[in-house]
Amino acid sequence: MSVLPALDVGLALLVVGVAAWTIAARNLFASVVGYVAYGLLLALVWVRLYAPDVALTEAAVGGGVTGVLLVTAGKRLDALASAEVGVPPGRALKILAGALAALVAGALAWVVLTLPSPAPSLAPAAAEAAAGPGAGLGNPITAVLISYRSFDTMLEKVVLILAVLGVWSVGADAAWGAAPAPLRKVRPDGAMILLAQFLAPVGLLIGVHIFWVGADAPGGAFQGGALLAAMGMVAMMARLAEPPRIDSRKLRLALVAGPAVFLIVGVAGLALADNLFAYPQNFAKPLILFIEAFMVLSIAVALPMLVCGPPNGSPK
Amino acid sequence: MSALIDLFSVAAIGAGLFFFFAGTVGLLRFPDSLTRLHALSKADNLGLGLVVLGLIPRAENPLAALKLLVVWALVLLSGASTAQLIGRALRRGRK
Amino acid sequence: MDEFLLSAAGVIIATVAVGLVRILRGPDDVDRLMAVQLLGTGGIAALLLTAYATRVPGVDDVALGLALLAAFATMAFLNHLDAGQGDASQGGSEP
Repeated sequence: MSVLPALDVGLALLVVGVAAWTIAARNLFASVVGYVAYGLLLALVWVRLYAPDVALTEAAVGGGVTGVLLVTAGKRLDALASAEVGVPPGRALKILAGALAALVAGALAWVVLTLPSPAPSLAPAAAEAAAGPGAGLGNPITAVLISYRSFDTMLEKVVLILAVLGVWSVGADAAWGAAPAPLRKVRPDGAMILLAQFLAPVGLLIGVHIFWVGADAPGGAFQGGALLAAMGMVAMMARLAEPPRIDSRKLRLALVAGPAVFLIVGVAGLALADNLFAYPQNFAKPLILFIEAFMVLSIAVALPMLVCGPPNGSPK
Repeated sequence: MSALIDLFSVAAIGAGLFFFFAGTVGLLRFPDSLTRLHALSKADNLGLGLVVLGLIPRAENPLAALKLLVVWALVLLSGASTAQLIGRALRRGRK
Repeated sequence: MDEFLLSAAGVIIATVAVGLVRILRGPDDVDRLMAVQLLGTGGIAALLLTAYATRVPGVDDVALGLALLAAFATMAFLNHLDAGQGDASQGGSEP
């Protein structure tokens, strides 16, 4: 066996092993940490599958946003202390849970085993769209996201806004309009301030770079936006910046900017390119980059607001 | 020339492997958190650094080489700062 | 040469994966975080080695992203540690 297949098999076994251990762990924080490790390994797997775009998303979201979210959630649940011990579930509950899990796993296995061969695929249609109206973009994935399935891409950002609204609505009525609690209670150590002061500007540059090269190389709006979001979080974790008040007009405009601009350009397509969400052939590329720039802004603002949580404290 | 570059890469990456190995052994075998922290920073700083050093002559253009260096610099910065922070937390008896 | 780079990547992953036993054993949460940090650094090294051996484009950007976020989980964890265990000795004033 040559080296590459051995590496792949080893990596796959490791991923499955870490996944199984993450589920089986009795210690809550250990399983949270296991999940972060699992995300790191997945980024490697995506690179081996020749999907650097997805690897970049996994790295930015798994390493940054969900890492912080899970560690925070894990520590909060730890503080409740009931999460690990609790009342042991009764025999009936265990059997029911086991049966449900077996049912889901069985259904999934059945679906996978009965997939028609060759599987139905939209790939040729997407490739054609990416080559035609997809317009001047060297990265077919960006072309498919913004041109072939533009409506889906826009609605994904709407979902993100709905998620932020959901988080905000969990707060107390009296706190509506106030800012979420800071990500750190006490003044941080000098080392953390230094770290954030270095990371944030460098990360800003890398995030914009990844968005910009996304037109022609692996990267794109979501990956760039997620990195920028992480940099916002690093500044908040070191108390260099505070979470904004949720009734701030700037914040709300930034949140809706991405989908709004996308929608406006899409509707304008009716007049300019005689179809909804179509782009005039000659300047599709600048138009797509224009839309994407606003999407980056919305993503970079929405993700940290999800991590910051509901508003906290008095509204005035 | 290319054989020389290969030799250099093998030497540097091989040395990097040694530090990753040493870091892992330290993480597993050292008796308390502070000494384990010490082992970890060896792998972070020297292990990755030597691997990067071995890859630099193989970079396609200067920009790719620069990116390799930035990757290492970022890990150095993160590793050094978090080691400092973890060490302080441990000294205060927090874990 | 590519075979050597890939083998090196495999050895690094296998090594740091053994280090993950620290997540299982703990004993403290800090030790668990250290194991993940080691896996992160080793993952970056393996990623770069694999990328240079198989010539996948854009992987240096993935490595940049991972390196940028290497300290994230640790920072979030330390923030909770400091918040949860009293604020008596705030940062920077250690003797």
